[in-house]
Amino acid sequence: MTLELLQGSVAITRAALAADCRFFAGYPMSPFTPLLEAMSREMAGAGGVCINAESEIEGANMALGASAAGFRSATGSCGQGIALMQETIAEAALNETPLVVFNMARNQQDYYQCTRGGGWGDYRTITLAPKDITEAVEHTQLLFHLADKYRAPVILYGDDLLSKTQVGVHVAPLDLPELPAKDWALDGSASGTGKSRQVWTFAMGKKNDPGPGPDGQWKRVAAKFAEIEPVEARHEGIHADDAETLVVAFGSAAKFAEYVVEELRGEGHRVGLFRPITLWPFPGAALARATRDVKRVLVFELNAGQMIDDVRQWAHDRDTIRFIGGVSIDEHGLAYGPLLDAPVIRERILAEHAEPAVVPAGRS
Amino acid sequence: MATTDITIDTRTAPPPPSTKAASAAPSLILGEHQLCPGCGEPVALRLLLETLQDLGVVDRSIGVVGHGCYGSFVRIMDIDVLQCLHGRAPSCATGIKRMRPESVVFTLQGDGDMVNEGLQEILHSAARGENITCILLNNGVFGDTGGQQTATTVLGQRTKTSLEGRNPEQHGYPIPIADLVASLQGSGYVARGAVSTPGAVAKTKRMIKRAVQSQLDGHGLSLVEILTMCPTGWFVPAAEGADYQGASMEPVYPIGELKSQENERA
Ligand code: SF4
Repeated sequence: MTLELLQGSVAITRAALAADCRFFAGYPMSPFTPLLEAMSREMAGAGGVCINAESEIEGANMALGASAAGFRSATGSCGQGIALMQETIAEAALNETPLVVFNMARNQQDYYQCTRGGGWGDYRTITLAPKDITEAVEHTQLLFHLADKYRAPVILYGDDLLSKTQVGVHVAPLDLPELPAKDWALDGSASGTGKSRQVWTFAMGKKNDPGPGPDGQWKRVAAKFAEIEPVEARHEGIHADDAETLVVAFGSAAKFAEYVVEELRGEGHRVGLFRPITLWPFPGAALARATRDVKRVLVFELNAGQMIDDVRQWAHDRDTIRFIGGVSIDEHGLAYGPLLDAPVIRERILAEHAEPAVVPAGRS
Repeated sequence: MATTDITIDTRTAPPPPSTKAASAAPSLILGEHQLCPGCGEPVALRLLLETLQDLGVVDRSIGVVGHGCYGSFVRIMDIDVLQCLHGRAPSCATGIKRMRPESVVFTLQGDGDMVNEGLQEILHSAARGENITCILLNNGVFGDTGGQQTATTVLGQRTKTSLEGRNPEQHGYPIPIADLVASLQGSGYVARGAVSTPGAVAKTKRMIKRAVQSQLDGHGLSLVEILTMCPTGWFVPAAEGADYQGASMEPVYPIGELKSQENERA
């Protein structure tokens, strides 16, 4: 296996093409811009279309149209741009159109945005948060599969490190199971046959083929997300089985935390890492198991504390939870600030790890 | 009063009633529509469906429909349809047409949909020269929500949100969207029709046909703005809708072709 030195955005683009993505539309916004540029360079050669849309709203809807026509399609942006796309993401969830959204985020402050939506309706977005470019290449392919499998919008939670860093990487096509043909897709061939198709959130169907209607459709969509939740949750544990102190982190921050945890282990500290790979579905049951015997749970995320809500919901004992992250952004507002630094993370973990665990009254 | 000698044969049953009107409906219409009496939209939509049949492109036609009263018509249109967010039809149509260039892709939008919410998408799609056909059903009000002011409401028009009539000091001026689209290089055919008189209906049908033909010929975005009656939203009797439209809207939005490849060659 030869590794090729690729910028993360190029590697993700190659992975999308390997997954048969043939339509991409987006609007430049750092640090998403390199992905849009890579897509525009590479898509035509693969027989696809990439459009530099005039706004995030247009880009997302172009991708929605291409998806409704039966093609694997994607769009992307970061924080503020994703906010504009939330209308379309919710629409895709409720009208059941697969849509892959790349959030090449500026930091980790989009956690709520990716896991709690912001559009309307009872929907969720499967969100994968790779820790590095190699994993992003896998996640990109997996996301196209999951989007089609569940006919739902999905998000890759990347960041400026994944977007701009160059690493040696091998883009190997993932071996994923075959999916059924898209008999719902609009190609025009059913027009005039009495069986013409319709894609829309209200699902009221045609006169001679009444659909489930809004009530039936929205219940169906809600039930689908309830089914996805237990089966698609993914996580990774590193030295988590016998940890006294368990650090919970995601994305690039988890990669840094992993480095620190390995270092501390080497020095004899019983420290471990729990990394949610899917931010939604949140691997709650696994976190509950992993935190059963720990003395403290340290949440490291680069925001004011968003994922910590999910940790609080699932950790075996809420009173063991400490927040060791924080808002940390560079002076341009585009990249991580000084908190994403191994010595800083080490210091914060050790400060808590050295403290005697407080066992609240009533807990034996 | 003149009388004629008619012998009525009371012994045999009368002939069955004429079926001419019913069979003239395009086969793409699956049933009765539920739009208001006197509404102009069913006529405009029927013209579009007839055109797709006349041009023999039904089995490769895909519609992208926004939100408005015409949305309910989609249920009886035997055409593949993506019903999208308010205003976004040209963007969704872009994605479809780019991936299925052999399809005939049309959008259906009202004035609130296209000119208020979706002004950006229609202008940019036209500027990009997307090879799609956009049909604007312009009645100058939000009919579906009960008659509020839109970006195309003419000066003086009373609506639920311009009770004393639209005045420029408070509400600004109406937007002639067809003129804007015609001014962009990426548009191939732009026309404005109406459905208020039989003559206007015939002319509008020719416009729709030329618009779809323009797409088949690959000339970029084609737009037909169709002035339609909304007696309900205008608060006028159904029977007066056509006259009211002629008096209020047509002076502001003159009927005719604004742009075609033939005009340019001439
Ligand atoms: S409200 Fe106006 S546009 Fe809507 S169906 Fe009635 S007449 Fe037609």
